[in-house]
Amino acid sequence: MGFLEIMRNPVIAALLASVACGVIGTYVVVKRIVFISGGISHASFGGIGLGYFLGVYPILGALVFSLVSALGMGVVTRRAKLPEDTAIGILWAIGMAVGILFVFLTPGYAPDLMSYLFGDILFVSALDIRMMLVLDAVIALTVFLLYKEFLSISFDEGFGEASGIPVERLYLVLLCLVAVTVVALIRVVGIVMVIALLTIPAATARQFTHSLRKMMALSVFLSCVFTLCGLGLSYLLDWPTGATIILVGGLMFLVSWGIVDLRRKKRKYVSV
Amino acid sequence: MSDELVRVKNVWVHYGDVPVLEDINLSVQQGDFLGIIGPNGGGKTTLLRVILGLIKPSRGKVSVMDTSPRKARRFVGYVPQYSLFHREFPASVWDVVLMGRCGYRGVFQRYTDQDRRLALQALETVEMSGFQDRQIGKLSGGELQRVFIARALVLEPKLLLLDEPTASVDTAMQTEFYQILDRLRQNMAIVLVSHDIGAVSVYVDKIACLNRRLFYHDSKEISPEELEAAYGCPVDLIAHGVPHRVLRRH
Repeated sequence: MGFLEIMRNPVIAALLASVACGVIGTYVVVKRIVFISGGISHASFGGIGLGYFLGVYPILGALVFSLVSALGMGVVTRRAKLPEDTAIGILWAIGMAVGILFVFLTPGYAPDLMSYLFGDILFVSALDIRMMLVLDAVIALTVFLLYKEFLSISFDEGFGEASGIPVERLYLVLLCLVAVTVVALIRVVGIVMVIALLTIPAATARQFTHSLRKMMALSVFLSCVFTLCGLGLSYLLDWPTGATIILVGGLMFLVSWGIVDLRRKKRKYVSV
Repeated sequence: MSDELVRVKNVWVHYGDVPVLEDINLSVQQGDFLGIIGPNGGGKTTLLRVILGLIKPSRGKVSVMDTSPRKARRFVGYVPQYSLFHREFPASVWDVVLMGRCGYRGVFQRYTDQDRRLALQALETVEMSGFQDRQIGKLSGGELQRVFIARALVLEPKLLLLDEPTASVDTAMQTEFYQILDRLRQNMAIVLVSHDIGAVSVYVDKIACLNRRLFYHDSKEISPEELEAAYGCPVDLIAHGVPHRVLRRH
């Protein structure tokens, strides 16, 4: 197989994943739901295990589990008299434990279990790509329809509630979109590192713009750059792709942060 | 419709077993500018939330504009206590003011020209027209407060509720702030709550005192005994009240 053939599916997957994580990652960062998003992604491992156990496509199990855990965590953290981070920590671990138990109960060896945990973009299938396409469409359509609502509840839930916006329901919809994004990203960087793709591109983009729309567009673009660079680099060096992508992103974030910070200091110096 | 905008009758609110509001009776008429003062934790925010229909009283009856608070929300502008948004939040002043129309416009709908016209008007009313494109986190406390008032005004409310509006505004800006309210009251009734007796200035024409119970009798007069009962300790009226009289109309 030639280089182009090997790289075709991974490149398409990287681009599709970037749309999901750029758009939803923006909300994750500005609404500060990073920790709950980490909880959702880890809890989805329960679904991977269930998929193995039932002998179905594990990603499908992950989708069900991540949606259920998103709704569960959303409702528990809002209504139960438990501190939010405690509730998330508990559900996070329960999801992982369920997954491990199902994998244990499944007779025989679980093939490519590691690829779900740490990603394996070089081996994405046509089925994976079709699924990512559908998930991207769901995300794009929902965000298009609920743009003004999501902006309102991200900025000020208290006012939103008082002005008659169904804040809790919208929050749950947003968490479901996070769940969907997590699933779209599992094949690329794996459950353990999904949170990095949800935060790094958006956090980098935020340094350069004060418009939510532009921040989304920029983080989609940055995410494309990170994943493609990581992909290329991992191919050249024969490193694990998921980890390489994250390290490329992390490095670029630190560099841009340093530059912005330096410029800010310089401006202060000049104004004095 | 009668002139009565808000009618709170024998309302009790409990958090768990603890009563936060006890037997509250309150009536707000058209054209009223009512200041409610009381210590922190005295139930001021709770009372506003009852009027907004966000809290159901455990006993008693609330009606706003002769209907339920929930249904009347469309006519009530709300300026919440200083909101703790992230200073880097990617939204402009314009985005934030339009948010006031979000609930009215409804889910799945886009903002219309009418919404934009009202937002523009509201910004003019609070004298913040030039700040449309400014990032929201780059405003001073006083400017921010005016933008939040504009956000409440885009509903063209009949009643404006303000929760601790002067908490983040320095004393010099307060005059300007009250002048804006003074202009607004031609078109709507205003209810303002604050823990700071001095902050409720000469512009207010009725004062109530709230500490679980409400002490109120339709005037600006409030006796030292009532204040004491509300605050649970003697309050030095002279020290708190008089210096701010300096800010009388000029």
